[in-house]
Amino acid sequence: MTTTLGAFIVKELRHILRDRQTLTILLLMPLIQVILFGFALRSDVRNVRLVIVDPFPDYATAALSSRFGAASRFRIVAVTPTMRGVEPLFQQGKADIAVVFEPGFGSRLGSGEPARVLLAVDASDPNTGTTMLFYARAVFASYEAELGSERGRPVRIVPATRMRFNPTLESVNLFIPGLIALVLTLVSALMTAISLSREKERGTLEILLVSPLRPWQIIVGKVVPYLGLAFANVLTALVAAWLVFHVPFRGSVTLLLAESLLYSMVSLALGVLVASLTGSQRVAMLVALLATMLPSSLLSGMVFPIASMPTVLQVISNIVPARWFIIIARGIMLKGVGLEYLWRETLVLAGMTMLLMAVAVRSFKPRVG
Amino acid sequence: MSSPAVVVSGVEKRFGKTEALTQVSFDVQHGELFGLVGPDGAGKSTLFRVLTTLLEPDAGTASVLGLDVVRDLWAIRSRVGYMPGRFSLYGDLSVAENLSFFASVFGTTVEKGYELIAPIYRQIEPFSSRRADALSGGMKQKLALSCALVHRPDILFLDEPTTGVDAVSRREFWDQLQALRASGLTILVSTPYMDEAIRCDRVALLQSGHILEIAPPGEIGTRYPLPLLAVRGAERYRLLLALRSAPHVHSVFPFGADIHFTDDRAHIEPRLAVAELARYIGERGFRDVTVEAIRPGIEDSFMELMPPPVQRAS
Amino acid sequence: MVNAPVVNAPVVNAPAIEVTSLTRRFGDFTAVDSISFEVAAGEVFGFLGANGAGKTTAIKMLIGLLAPTSGAARVAGHDVVKDADSVRRRIGYMSQRFSLYEDLTVLENIALYGGIYGLHDAEIRRRSSAMLQSLGLVDDLVGRLPLGWKQKLAFSVALLHEPAVVFLDEPTGGVDPITRRQFWELIYAAAARGTTVFVTTHYMDEAEYCDRISIMVDGRIATIGTPAELKNKWNVPSIDDLFVRLARPA
Repeated sequence: MTTTLGAFIVKELRHILRDRQTLTILLLMPLIQVILFGFALRSDVRNVRLVIVDPFPDYATAALSSRFGAASRFRIVAVTPTMRGVEPLFQQGKADIAVVFEPGFGSRLGSGEPARVLLAVDASDPNTGTTMLFYARAVFASYEAELGSERGRPVRIVPATRMRFNPTLESVNLFIPGLIALVLTLVSALMTAISLSREKERGTLEILLVSPLRPWQIIVGKVVPYLGLAFANVLTALVAAWLVFHVPFRGSVTLLLAESLLYSMVSLALGVLVASLTGSQRVAMLVALLATMLPSSLLSGMVFPIASMPTVLQVISNIVPARWFIIIARGIMLKGVGLEYLWRETLVLAGMTMLLMAVAVRSFKPRVG
Repeated sequence: MSSPAVVVSGVEKRFGKTEALTQVSFDVQHGELFGLVGPDGAGKSTLFRVLTTLLEPDAGTASVLGLDVVRDLWAIRSRVGYMPGRFSLYGDLSVAENLSFFASVFGTTVEKGYELIAPIYRQIEPFSSRRADALSGGMKQKLALSCALVHRPDILFLDEPTTGVDAVSRREFWDQLQALRASGLTILVSTPYMDEAIRCDRVALLQSGHILEIAPPGEIGTRYPLPLLAVRGAERYRLLLALRSAPHVHSVFPFGADIHFTDDRAHIEPRLAVAELARYIGERGFRDVTVEAIRPGIEDSFMELMPPPVQRAS
Repeated sequence: MVNAPVVNAPVVNAPAIEVTSLTRRFGDFTAVDSISFEVAAGEVFGFLGANGAGKTTAIKMLIGLLAPTSGAARVAGHDVVKDADSVRRRIGYMSQRFSLYEDLTVLENIALYGGIYGLHDAEIRRRSSAMLQSLGLVDDLVGRLPLGWKQKLAFSVALLHEPAVVFLDEPTGGVDPITRRQFWELIYAAAARGTTVFVTTHYMDEAEYCDRISIMVDGRIATIGTPAELKNKWNVPSIDDLFVRLARPA
C-alpha cells in the first residue's frame, strides 16, 4: 500500500497502536463510563426517608402508616405527633418527605367527608421531589380504592402538597450548586497540575530543587496564588447564579464563600498530587481531568441521586469531595442553614485538604528520577 | 585548603537496564576549572545531577565542599550554583525578574551579588525589562549564568552551557568562566566541544558512563599510542578513500582542513612514516599534497580511546 | 565566483541553487536582506551564520516553507514560489528538530517516506536493504538507536528518493567526534554521486569540509568562497577565527 495517503494512514495507525498508555485509557475510559453511567443513571427513586406526623392516631392513620412502612420505596425515619421536629430534619437533610395527617383523619373518612393530608417534600432536587410525591400519592390512592370497595362507597383523601425549599421546582436550583462544584474542581485541579508539570518540563524545577527551597514551600507557593484565582471564579459563578438564574440565597453568603474556598483547596491539592506523580504536562492534564470530571459529575449527587446508586458506588461517592460540597452549597443556598448543621461536611472537606496536601508533599521528591 | 572541593569515588547509577555511570572516580581541587568532555549520552548530565544532590547514586560516594551528597543535601543545595542544560529560565518573566527571583530563592538580593555577576550581567542589563524568551541564545546563556551566580555560590556546576549557541558567544562565555576562576571560584563544566576543553585546568573524558582519562588538556595527547600524520591537499574525498587503503593504516579521519592519518606501527620513526605515506600518495596520482607528523590533540585522543556507541541488541 | 573542483560530478549547465536578491521582511524587521549566490551541482556548500543572522529564514524560503517578500530563488531548476511542488519532489531535508518517527522501526520509516515520495513497493524494498547494509544496521525501533545512528539514518532517508539537492540543518549536533566524521563521509559520498548538499553547522571545523562556504551577518552575506580563499583573504588561520571576526550575534 504505497500510495502517498495510504502510507500516511498506516503510519498513524502504528502510532496509535504503539502508544500503549494512551490506548489503554482511550479504550478503558468509555467502558468505565458506560458501566458507571448505567448504574448511576436512575430516574426512579429508592430509599425515600419518610416522617409521619400523626397528632391523633386512629385506624386509618395506623393503616396508612403501616402501608408506608411496608413499601420498599419508603423508609420511615420518624413518627412524631407534632410538626415541631420536622423542620430540623429537613434542614439537616435527614428526611425527604413528611406526611402530616389532619386531626380526625379516620373519622372524616368514615363519615364520607374528604380527609386531608399534607405532603411536604424536600424539593431541592425537583425531579426526585415530584417522583416522591407520585409514590406517596400512589399509596393513598390504593388505600382509597380498597377502603372504598370495602365500604361500598367512594372514599377520598385529599393531599395538599408543599414543595419545601424549591416551591417553583426550578431545576436550575438543583444544578447550580453542582455546577459551581464542577467548575471549581476542574479549573483548580487543572491549574496546579499544569503549573507544576510545566515547571518540570521547562527544566526550571531542577534549579528550584538545588536551592534552599523545601518541597513544601514549592507546593504551597504553587497553590496559594491559584486560591486567589479560584476565589474570583467562585464570585463570578455565584453572581451569575444570582443575576441570571435567580437562584435563591437563603443562607450566609460569607459562609458560602468560605466553604467554596475550602473546596477549591481540595481541588488544588489534588492537582498538585497529580502533577507530582505524572511525567509530562499532557499526561498531567489528562489524569487531572479524569480524576475530577468523571467522579464529580457522576458520583457527587449533582444530577443523579446517590441514594439510588448501588451500594458500591454509594461508598465510593464518600471520597468524592464534590459530594460533600454540594450538600453544603445546597444547604446554604436553598435551605438557608448554617455551620451548625453543616459542620460535619465542612470537617470532611478540611480533612481531605490536609490529607491530600500531606500526600502531595511526601510524594514530591526532593530529587529527580 | 587541603581537601578537594569535590570527591567522587566509585559512583554508579543505573536507569532500568541502562548503566548511566560506571565506577566513576575523580577529585576536583578548589579554584579549579574542571571540564567534563564527552558526547551525548556519555553520562555528563547524570553525573552533575548526582553532584548537585538531585540523584542518589546506586553505589559509591560523592562529596561536595566536604559534604556528602546523600546525607547533607540541604547544606549543599544552599551553596551550589547550578545551570542545567537548555537555559532553564522563566520565559515569561523579564531578565530582571528572573534574576531577582533566583536571588530571593537563596535568601539574598541582586544588590548583594551584583559585584560578582557584573561583568556578565552588564552585557544584558540594557535588556533588563525584556522577556527571557525574547532573548537570543547567547543572551539567555548570560542570564542563566548570572542567575546561577547571584547568590555567590562556593562552587558552580554548568551542564552543557554552550550547546546551541553560536561560536562567538561560546568564546565570550569561556572568557567569562576563566575570569570567574581567576577570582577563586571552583567550576565544573560539561561540554561536547573538544575545542572548549582546551581552556580548562583539567579535563575528564567521559563516554558511555566511563571515565577514559583525566589530565590537563595539554597532556591528554601524550599518551597517544601511535604516530599521527596530517595530510593536506585538494580532492579531499578521493584522498580520504585512498588513505583508507594505504599500508599500515590504523585510522583515517577528516580534521578541519587536514586529514589525520594514524599509522599502526607504534615504534616507527615519524619521519619514516611521513616519507612512506607521501610516496604512497604520489603513486596514486595526487599532486600538491603535504604530509607532516603532528602532536595529537584532545580530539584525536578521545577518538582513539573509545569507539562510538553501537546499536544495542534488541 | 570560483567553483572548487568537484569529484565525479556530472556536467550540468544550470546551477543546483540560484538565489537572486532574495529578501524577507517581518513587519519592520528585515530578516534576509537581498542575498544573491549560486551553488553548483554536486557541490558541498556550507551556509553559516550566527543565530539570528537570517540563516533559518533563508533556508525556509529555499525549501518552500516561507514565501519571499521579494527576489527569487531557483532550486533544482524550479522556481521556489511559482513551482513549489516540483521543488519539493526534487529536494530532501533533514534537521535537528525533525527526526524520524521514534516509535516506528527503521524499515517502517523508510517505507513511509518512500510511500510519500511515490516509490513503488519493490523499489522501497530494494533501497531499504541497501541502506541497512551500508549503514550496518539491524531493523529496530528508531527510538532505541543511539543518536549518531539516528542522524546517519535520517540523512540516508532524506536521500531515499534520490533528490537533486539535500538541505541539512545542523545535522551533527551532540554526537561523538567519530560519528560526526562518519556522517560527513556520507555527505561526501552523496556529493560524489552528484547530489548537491546545502548544509548549516555550528562546528567550525566542519565548515572546512565544504567546497565553498558563505557567512551571513545581519541578513546579508558577508563573505563567500572556498575555505582556503577566505582564510587567505581575511588573513585568519581558521574559519572559526573568521567567524568570530565577522559574525557578531544579533
